Amino acid sequence: MKVLVGVKRVVDYNVRVQVKPDGSGVATEGVKMSVNPFDEIAIEEALRMKSAGKADEVIAVSIGPQAAQEQLRTALAMGADRAILVETDQTLEPLTVARVFKALVDQEQPGLVILGKQAIDDDAGQTPQMLAALWDRPQATFASKVEIEGESAKVTREVDLGLETIEIDLPAVISADLRLNEPRYVKLPDIMKAKKKPIGTHTLEELGVEIAPALKPVKTEAPQARQGGHKVESVSELVAELKNKGLI
Amino acid sequence: MAKVLVIGEQLNGALSAATPKVVACAQALNPESIDVALFGAGDLAGAAEAAAKFAGVGKVLTVSNPANEHPLAAVLAPQIEALISEGGYTHVLASSSTTGKDVLPRVAAKLGVTQVTDIMAVHGANSFTRPTYAGNALVTVEVPEGQIVLGTVRGASWQAAEEGGSGAVESRELGVELPSHTRFVSQETSKSDRPDLQTAPKVVSGGRGVGSEENFKVIFSLADKLGAAVGASRAAVDAGYVPNEMQVGQTGKIIAPELYVAVGISGAIQHLAGIKDAGTIVAINKDEEAPIFEIADVGLVGDLFEVLPALEKELS
Ligand SMILES: Cc1cc2nc3c(=O)[nH]c(=O)nc-3n(C[C@H](O)[C@H](O)[C@H](O)COP(=O)(O)OP(=O)(O)OC[C@H]3O[C@@H](n4cnc5c(N)ncnc54)[C@H](O)[C@@H]3O)c2cc1C
Ligand SMILES: Nc1ncnc2c1ncn2[C@@H]1O[C@H](COP(=O)(O)O)[C@@H](O)[C@H]1O
Repeated sequence: MKVLVGVKRVVDYNVRVQVKPDGSGVATEGVKMSVNPFDEIAIEEALRMKSAGKADEVIAVSIGPQAAQEQLRTALAMGADRAILVETDQTLEPLTVARVFKALVDQEQPGLVILGKQAIDDDAGQTPQMLAALWDRPQATFASKVEIEGESAKVTREVDLGLETIEIDLPAVISADLRLNEPRYVKLPDIMKAKKKPIGTHTLEELGVEIAPALKPVKTEAPQARQGGHKVESVSELVAELKNKGLI
Repeated sequence: MAKVLVIGEQLNGALSAATPKVVACAQALNPESIDVALFGAGDLAGAAEAAAKFAGVGKVLTVSNPANEHPLAAVLAPQIEALISEGGYTHVLASSSTTGKDVLPRVAAKLGVTQVTDIMAVHGANSFTRPTYAGNALVTVEVPEGQIVLGTVRGASWQAAEEGGSGAVESRELGVELPSHTRFVSQETSKSDRPDLQTAPKVVSGGRGVGSEENFKVIFSLADKLGAAVGASRAAVDAGYVPNEMQVGQTGKIIAPELYVAVGISGAIQHLAGIKDAGTIVAINKDEEAPIFEIADVGLVGDLFEVLPALEKELS
């Protein structure tokens, strides 16, 4: 079974992003870029399936600028077998990204596609479900445990009420939540080895993907900053203040 | 004029607390009509009646079917699509609950549109504000003219809808074929008599600083004293101190209580994303440099194992 994993290049999760003063977006120049944290978890899960003999090949896919090769190299260094870059300088929305994945699914015929539950830049959380819809296949979102059992998989999902386990027939789409696994650290020799692994490139035109009508961003603004208050010196001061505010 | 379909949610026949907020967002569109759909396997009359009372609700459409006992996106999506095509809706709104987030993009893809995730504000029939970058950049987007709007509604940004309506309840049989490739197996929910984290006016949360599952009892004890719900940071959930449904933050629950008490939580941006709309934030942390103090309204530097018992004593 082939497993396709999504690797989105995003602003590193440790960066405090700055909104541009003209409201046109977020400043990304010179900012540290990384693999979307949920995608690292997706890659790790696919690699563990491979070591467990449940998968034969792990293919990392990124849709983005040429620089996204860096993130694909990280995926390869973690252990992915090969990578595909669908190169575009446009910022694509989830529906178009899902269409790209669908085109690659048609080419590669994977048994499983593992994506992150959300990209931490757009926080959209749509691509996995959209791919499942376009493919007419099952989806198991917010996965915290996956067991492949022959032609199907048992997936535990983190839902508002707690944990839910569902069974899905393969092929299918899974979206990774935080507690699915802890991604491995990449070691230097792996980075060297990864340099020899292939990255295939495509364009949207080659894949026959039409860009979906997009939401038009009109204005980006910083949220109203919370004013830090003050510190109290003692528990009784704290209680007095909360009483004062009518909170207790 | 807008014709809105709200995807309601119910649990054991009772309307979920998220739905009135979705209706409030629908009301903000000044629509011609609001219909609410409810899916389930049993008797939906109670939930339907509650939904019919919101101002502006025209019809509550109940779809009772054994296949809808548990909300599976692949099973719900074709039913929602059927309701959309027969109702001619211009807007379809669901909660940013795990159910809403699971199902709505599946419907959106079938309709060939991108969804507006986590609607915080409505500026007109096709203009909305939504959070990106863990809430650190708010984007106002416009949905292309003439395109159906699908959106999930960020509960913490909305008050429950006003009542005062008297909608009709209609039960629907949808003759759509449902897939069998996705099957419910089991569910694990920890039972608790404490207030619900998502709607409670007071919340006490513990972080990694609490140190263990055993130690978390100091958090539960303070919460009980205050009549508060209990939350946690990701680190506390990852370490197994408490179950996942208690996580607050970017990828956990986004809440807006009047009082939020963060105990042994450092204040990472991903955690703060979940509490930006809280009324008063109290932080108790032994590290005076902890970032949580930068945003807390009231901070107390100290060891939680000394502060919490003293606090409880003062409260009694
Ligand atoms: C993609 C992504 C999504 C994430 N989503 C979330 C999310 O939804 N929610 C979330 O919470 N996090 C989330 N995180 C994790 C987040 O970045 C932080 O790692 C996490 O919030 C830290 O939890 P913490 O504050 O409990 O632990 P720490 O950062 O370790 O802080 C523990 C604090 O406890 C204090 N302390 C220790 N002992 C005591 C004591 N005896 N008395 C008083 N204080 C004490 C320490 O001074 C310290 O400040 C996410 C991370 C990523 C990458
Ligand atoms: N440009 C992209 N390249 C690769 N994968 C992506 C891209 N955009 C989204 N994805 C995948 O879809 C997941 C959810 O993204 P989103 O729907 O944008 O929140 C991400 O975690 C990725 O796995």
